[in-house]
Formats: sequence, structure tokens, C-alpha cells
Amino acid sequence: MIRLRINSKERLIDVAPDMPLLWVLRDSLNLTGTKYGCGIGLCGACTVHLDGEAARACVVPVSQAEGKTITTIEGLSSDGNHPVQVAWKDLDVPQCGYCQPGMIMAAAALLKDNPQPTDKDIDAAMSVLCRCGTYQRVRAAIHAAAKS
Amino acid sequence: MTEPSSLSRRSFLIRTATVGGALVLGFHLPSASRSWAAEDALEEAEINAWIIIHPDDTVVIRVARSEMGQGIFTSLPMLVAEELECDWARVRAEYALASDNLRRGDVYGSMATGGSRSVRDSADYLRQAGAAARELLVAAAAARWQVPPAECRAEKSRIHHLPTGRRTTFGTVAQDASKLAPPEDIVLKAPEQWKLIGKATRRLDTPDKVSGAALFGFDVRIPSMLYAAIRACPVFQGRLKSYDARAVEKQQGVVKVVALEDAVAVLADSYWRADRALQQLPLVWDEGPHAALDSAAIRAHLSAGLDIDEGAVGHQRGDVGEALLRADKVIEAEYYAPYLAHATMEPMNCTAHVTPDGVEIWVPTQNATAALMTAAQTAGVDPGQVVVHNTFLGGGFGRRGTAQDYVKQAVQIAKNVDRPVQLIWSREEDMRHGFYRPASMARLWAGLDGAGLPSVLKARVSAHSIIAFLQPEWAKVDHGLDPIGLQAFDEEFPYGIPNQRMEYVLRHSPVPVGFWRAVNHSQNAFFRECFIDEVAHAGGQDPYQLRRRLLMEEPKQLAVLDAVAQQAKWDEPPPPGVFRGLALNSSYGSHCAQVVEVSLSNRGKVRVQRVLCAIDSGHVVNPDTVVAQVESGVVYGLTAALYGEITIKDGRVEQGNFDDYPLLQLRDMPKVDVVMVPSGGFWGGLGEPPVPPVTPALCNALFAATGKRIRSLPLSKQGLA
Repeated sequence: MIRLRINSKERLIDVAPDMPLLWVLRDSLNLTGTKYGCGIGLCGACTVHLDGEAARACVVPVSQAEGKTITTIEGLSSDGNHPVQVAWKDLDVPQCGYCQPGMIMAAAALLKDNPQPTDKDIDAAMSVLCRCGTYQRVRAAIHAAAKS
Repeated sequence: MTEPSSLSRRSFLIRTATVGGALVLGFHLPSASRSWAAEDALEEAEINAWIIIHPDDTVVIRVARSEMGQGIFTSLPMLVAEELECDWARVRAEYALASDNLRRGDVYGSMATGGSRSVRDSADYLRQAGAAARELLVAAAAARWQVPPAECRAEKSRIHHLPTGRRTTFGTVAQDASKLAPPEDIVLKAPEQWKLIGKATRRLDTPDKVSGAALFGFDVRIPSMLYAAIRACPVFQGRLKSYDARAVEKQQGVVKVVALEDAVAVLADSYWRADRALQQLPLVWDEGPHAALDSAAIRAHLSAGLDIDEGAVGHQRGDVGEALLRADKVIEAEYYAPYLAHATMEPMNCTAHVTPDGVEIWVPTQNATAALMTAAQTAGVDPGQVVVHNTFLGGGFGRRGTAQDYVKQAVQIAKNVDRPVQLIWSREEDMRHGFYRPASMARLWAGLDGAGLPSVLKARVSAHSIIAFLQPEWAKVDHGLDPIGLQAFDEEFPYGIPNQRMEYVLRHSPVPVGFWRAVNHSQNAFFRECFIDEVAHAGGQDPYQLRRRLLMEEPKQLAVLDAVAQQAKWDEPPPPGVFRGLALNSSYGSHCAQVVEVSLSNRGKVRVQRVLCAIDSGHVVNPDTVVAQVESGVVYGLTAALYGEITIKDGRVEQGNFDDYPLLQLRDMPKVDVVMVPSGGFWGGLGEPPVPPVTPALCNALFAATGKRIRSLPLSKQGLA
């Protein structure tokens, strides 16, 4: 059995230690906000926070998440009103929306470490892939969230 | 009034809730915060197939097309609400069901979502639905007051009796209105009367897409559901020869191994367990007749197509042969565009439950009706026994349109178990089993007169045909003319060159091809607009001024060209180190011109600084969506131009993931400036038209920067990206 602390709740689950956190979240816990896109840590659709840092859940074995504080998009705020989410709504960032939970989690982690990021900081930190092309609004929304 | 689809949706929810107990399935749609159970206590009324009004004035507007990012979950309800005169703040959107459409005599019309058609095909009947419902609500209120309807006016979900100042709400009279016969004569508002259409409006689907609650196909959770991982024969048209299920059947969580003709699937209690078992499953493929196919052979086949004496003529004017002989100068160039994958962020998936009563599927599809018919055919049941629940799509771009291959597979697999099955393709499966943008070549000739102006243009496109692939019987006509194969070169070729001849050469290939965003416009506009740039330089003309001269009979295209040139300050030299290119293309009912500004790094790599785009889509429903779709089209086009290429080796696709099929990243995103020049009078598309001009404008900018013509893509292969 593996004990996880996810979105401020303790969860006890019976899975193999090498099962990626992504699939534990999605298939064992029905936390489907965290998405699968590539399975090799490239696209970032599965970005969650481990002890406040952005991590790609598809390449984190669940055993490595044990003892850490895990936050998913469902736990980022109680009402969808984290400053990043508010900025995202103000600028209507999402299109298809599939990558956006990962994008938002990456942005929230960036702003926690660096409350006033420059464009270069955003370039370096935001490597989540978006096929719809929301990047221009993602950048603007991060700046807007930084001001709020 | 027949049974509204919201009732069938609720009965479905109750059914699954009964099966599953606590797990609430549900279709999480925008603003659907109220529980269905609570809603049961209310008496909403279906005014017509599109509109349901609740006593509290909540208006539910049904959407019959698929939301894949392009914003129709907002723009289509806006069209209805404009005429309905309801309070937009109380509007919710929900999908119309394909099964209801079947049962109710095609009341929702086409549910196909492609060709940038959602607004332009349904704008009239959606506005009529809104206007008809408004008339019924007004009539119901007038009847209560015993006054003539003409004395009443609807506004913001209220009905006013003008002479007395009496008022009531839509919710109050909705039940009465639902029992009235629909009006016969409907007068739609004139554009100058619009209050909502044309106004930047927040998307209805954003809150759920920001909270993580939005339901995509992958997110469907049905009680007792199994997950299926699949691998199809990597070689086109190959088959499954043998496999050894015993090797994995006893693994934890694995339930079953299911063999299909050309694929094998492992079913387990989590996707990861299913996929891990699949990777360990011993498999032998019968690779079939195409195991030696490679990209070089395909290219040689396309190239040979350019050398035939004459292609099928799609469009001509004047006498090209004579004009080429008489020209002062003749130029000729050959272009190549590779296969491209759609690479939606959400790979293909479908959840299916096959029972003795029929089939229920949950699927992100661009065509719920096609999904329904595919499920019925695969399960061998009557279409009336199939229910399709369309989810949000994690991207579509054409991949989820015509081909419903993932639906077919899911139903085939689900037939083997008495539980629902969620079929999930891995990224690699998705990349290797697409319906690719056809690889294409073109040879173009132009003759210039003594003044450096083109007197003749001839183009020959040699390509795999999407239509021939989809309808093999048609393809038997050798050298046939694919009816959309000459997009950008057909009778809509805009340039007033006196002698023109456009030919198509059909070349077959086992590689599956399909509708990729903007379809054949995407590569043909590259050929055409780069070659026009070559013509301009060969004649010593400015590429903008030459296009201006040649567009004298195309005022709308001239207008977007002028608009983008003005915004880019084309008549002034660009800043030092910045180079720019121009391109124009009209497609799917809209006109679009772009200027791309680039610089080069010390190592000679391209840096796209800015993309300016002027677009005329006639009327504009939601201006913010126009801007978003241009931003989107620019990224889609740049990704293709910079990196996009699917290559074939040993009969299979070589790429598998985003390491070898890279996408544009945020750090490489140029500034996108949109100039809207809506000329009104028509409804143009938006999902595709911004894509085609990007690549040629970029390549023309690179010519300005380097003096080298880019005639083959992607740019990464030329050392430029």
C-alpha cells in the first residue's frame, strides 16, 4: 500500500510502486483534470505540483511521490479562483483546453518561485505544449496574474 | 412537442447512477453547476429543438457541432440568443445528441464539424430558431394578457407590453410557449440591429477548462469500466499474424486480450497496466505488401507525376502554350510538401458499452452522426439502438472528422466483454496511425512580358488524393481530378493573369491521407504564394505591388492585402536585421493575408518575430474568437513549416512522439497582430483560413533574409530551424 497526500487529503492505494503518478491520479483516484499527452515527460499536459514544484506526473513513479505534498488542478483552488485561473478566465486563454490544466499548474509554480517573471523567465519555465496555440495569451495571463 | 433530448440525457444519467452508485458521471458542461436531481424538480420547457427555458430564466441552447477549441460552444449559442432576446448571462450550452437528431428527423441538421463550417452553414437556421422561439414566448405572454402580440416586445429574457408597461419573464411563459405551433413567417434582424453578434464575448467553456472539470473523452468514467491499450500493425495494411496472450493474462489487473484483424488490445483495470502488458505481449505481424515502402520511393512517385505529358486540367483560361512561347522570360520551379500528422494533444480514444439492447459510446468526435453510424455498423445493430455522448475534444484539426476508426475499434473490442471499455491510444499509436496531410509536389511555370508582368502561369500538382483514399472506386480513374486537389489553384485562383492552366496528377499510395486543418490549401497555398513571390522578383516587382495589380477583380482579397500591408508598414523598409514576407489565401469562405517578420540567429536559424494577419470573414460573431483562431492558425502553420514531417521507412511511420515530431513552444511564439476587416454580407469560416498563408509568408521572408528560395519543407531539414 502506498500513502499519498493529494490536495490536502490522505489517500491509501494499492498499486505497483513503479506505476506513474499520472495513472494513479486518473485511473485509481478519478482525478481526471491531469492529462496524458506523451507519456515521456515532453508535453507537460500532466503537470502537477510535488511539494510546490512543477513535476510531470507521467514520468514520476508513484513511490517517488510518497511523503510529498501533491497538488493537482482540482486542488489548486477550492473555487477555480487561484490568481492564475482568474487571469486565464479574464483573457479567455483556453481553446480546446486539454493542455490547460498542465499549463496552469506550470504557471502557478513559476509565479510561486518568481512572483514577477520577465518574458525570458516565462520562456524558460513554460514548456508545456499547446497544439491550439494559446501561447500568446498564456504569456499575457501570467503577466496579469503577477500584477494581481 | 416530442420528448426533449434533455430527458433522454437525464434518463441516461439515472441509469448509470443506478449501475454505479456514488460515482456521478456526467457531462460536465459550462455552467452546469446545478445537479440534475435538483433540476428534475423544475419544469423547464423545450421551446424548440434548440432552446430549453427554465422557470428561473436559465436558457439552455443546444449545440450540434463539436467544440474542439474553435469556440463554437459560444458562437453558435450567440447566434440563437441574438434573435431570442434572452439574457446572455443566463445562457448555458449543451450538446445536442446524434441519437435525438436521428429520432427527430434531422432536426439538428449536419453535426459534422469541419471545413470551418459551423457558423457559416448554421448561422441562418440557428438565428431562425432563436427568432421562432422569441415569437412563441411573446405570443404566450400576449395570450395571457389578452393583447395583440404586436404590442409586446422581448428584451433580456423579459416580455414587455408596451402600451401598459406590464412585464413578464421568459421563464414564466415558457411552458405556455412550448405548446404553441411554431410561427410561419420569421423575419431576422438586420445586421445593424445586432446587439450580441459582433461583440467580444467570454467563452462559455472557459471556467470548466480552467478548473480541470471539463470533460474530454479520456475523462469519462463509467462504473465497472475497463481500459484498453491497443497496438495496430505498424505497417500500412498489415495484419496481426499471431500473439501469445498467456504471457500477460495473469498480470495484475489484466482482464483480457482481444485480437482484431490488424491490431491487438489488452484490457485491464487501469490504462497503465493495460499498456504495460501490451508492451510485453509477444506479437507477430503479417506485414503485407507494403513492408518495403519508404519516403524516397513516395517522393520519386510524386516527382514522376510531374513529368507526365499532361495532368487533369482543373482550371484554365487563355492559351498557356502559346503564351509561354511568346513570353520574354520564363521561370520554372518545383516544390515539395511532406506528410503531416494532426497530433491532437488528446490522442484518439473512445469509450464503448455494448449490451444486448444496443451500444452506448462516449467519444470526442468531430461528427457525432458518423460516430453513431460507425458504432451501429460495427456492432451490427440498428442506428436507433446507439447513443453517442460527445465530449469536449482535446483538439480535432480534421483527425476526428471523417474517419471514425477509433470508434470502430472501441466497439469491436467492447463486443468481447460485458463491461464498458475505454480505448486509449498511446501517443505513438496516434502518431503512427493517422490520416496524414497528403505529401505533394508541384511544378510551376510563369512567363513574363517585357514589363516584368506575368502573362501566363501554369501549375501542376502531383499528390495523393484524400477523396480517392476515402472513395477507392473513384480512384480507379487514373489521372482523375480530385475535386479539392487544386484548392488555391482552382477557379478561385485570384490573380488576373491572362493565361492560366492548373493541372492535377493523382498519385496513389498506401499511406492513409485525410483532412488536415485547411486541407489542400495548406500545401497548395505554399506552392502558389511562394511562386508568385518568385514571379515578382523575376520581373523586378515588389511582391505586394504585383499582387495589387493582379487582384483588380478581387476587391475583398485586395482589401485584406492592403490592410495587412498598411499594418506592416510595407512601404517603409523594415528595421535592420528584420526581413519580411507576404502571402494571401482565401479559403473556407474567408479572405486572409499575412506578413511574417523574421530575423536570423548567429547560427543562421530563423526567429519569427511577428505575424500580422488581416482577415475578412464577412460577419463576425465573436471578435475574440477571430483573434484566437488567427493565433491558433499561425501556431499550427508555423509548427508545420518549421518542423512538420512524417516520414515512412519499412512501410511504417518513423515518428512516434513529440521528440521526433516537435511542436512550436511558447519560447518561439511570435507576436501575432490581427487586423479584422469584416466586409459583412456573408458568414466566412475561421478555423482554417488563417493557416495556409503562414508558411509561404515565412518562406518569402526567408528569401528576403537569405536570397535562398525555400521550395521544400520543413525548414528544420534546410538547417533553418
